[in-house]
Amino acid sequence: MSTINTLSNPYIAILTIFVLACFVGYYVVWKVTPALHTPLISVTNAISSIIIIGALIAAGSQLTGHITILGGLAVFITSINIFGGFAVTQRMLRMYKK
Amino acid sequence: MLTLVSFFYLIAAVCFILALKRLASPVTARRGNWLGIFGMALAITGTMMMPTMHHHLLLLGLIVAGGAIGTLIAVKINMTAIPQLVAAFHSLVGLAAVLVAFCAFLAPQSFAIGLPGAIAPVSLVEMSLGLIIGAVTFSGSIIAFLKLQGWMSGKPLRFPGHAMINLLITIAILGLLIYFITDQSLTTFSMLAGLSFLIGLLLIVPIGGADMPVVISMLNSYSGWAAAGIGFTLSNHLLVIE
Repeated sequence: MSTINTLSNPYIAILTIFVLACFVGYYVVWKVTPALHTPLISVTNAISSIIIIGALIAAGSQLTGHITILGGLAVFITSINIFGGFAVTQRMLRMYKK
Repeated sequence: MLTLVSFFYLIAAVCFILALKRLASPVTARRGNWLGIFGMALAITGTMMMPTMHHHLLLLGLIVAGGAIGTLIAVKINMTAIPQLVAAFHSLVGLAAVLVAFCAFLAPQSFAIGLPGAIAPVSLVEMSLGLIIGAVTFSGSIIAFLKLQGWMSGKPLRFPGHAMINLLITIAILGLLIYFITDQSLTTFSMLAGLSFLIGLLLIVPIGGADMPVVISMLNSYSGWAAAGIGFTLSNHLLVIE
């Protein structure tokens, strides 16, 4: 019996997510008022540190070795960006207090 | 357990989307930033909970250490230096993408994409794209930083044959990418990284200092592509949503 699960192929599933996410990102950012563009740059930078997930998986792997060092370094520098990025955004937004 | 992690990822993704949406007005923008922070925390927590994860204490230590440095810099920096700080921070994301790409290449078993020397072509393409774009983001952001900081001339730096050199390097990168799929060697992968770093420099150097914010935005979106590339490689859908 062939399955009717249209998301059974993992490539299609992840591609679907990617395409839809592109649309969402586009439409959400379009709405941002020009005055807030600099904080926007800062917060999207902070969010892009989501790459830390890849680094964590690499460094956290049971296969200790090169990837623990490379991954660990990536975790470290991304953490700088996460905390620094959100903190900088916070500072910028504080200026917009009416 | 993995289902719970995926669920965390979903909530994190929603947080990120709402965070960006809240930035539409100054009134809601601060809450947006906190949503972003919460989403990130959730994403990291979820990932740490994955059954394949080890060395939790080491990772936590690295996060705390990096976080302390980042917070210190962000809090101490002069307000006028914020644009170049964002550029400098962003270069770290590009570098991280490059490092993760190398991890995927050196130890594909840890990401369940094969064995060294026997990685599926699709995975090779995905990690290469993550590598190339990450490298371009890194070097490009460094140039943006230097120009904004005033350590490099804000004047557009051009030299004869610039466009031709860029084109040649781009062709070389594409060629190496295709070759890499067949030979899967560290040398080829490293050369790919080197050329990508180079093209990142060459692409941003001719842009004037005043246009740097636009450049940073552009590089921001590039690192999104790099994250997606790595995300496809690791079949991690949160990276792809980024």
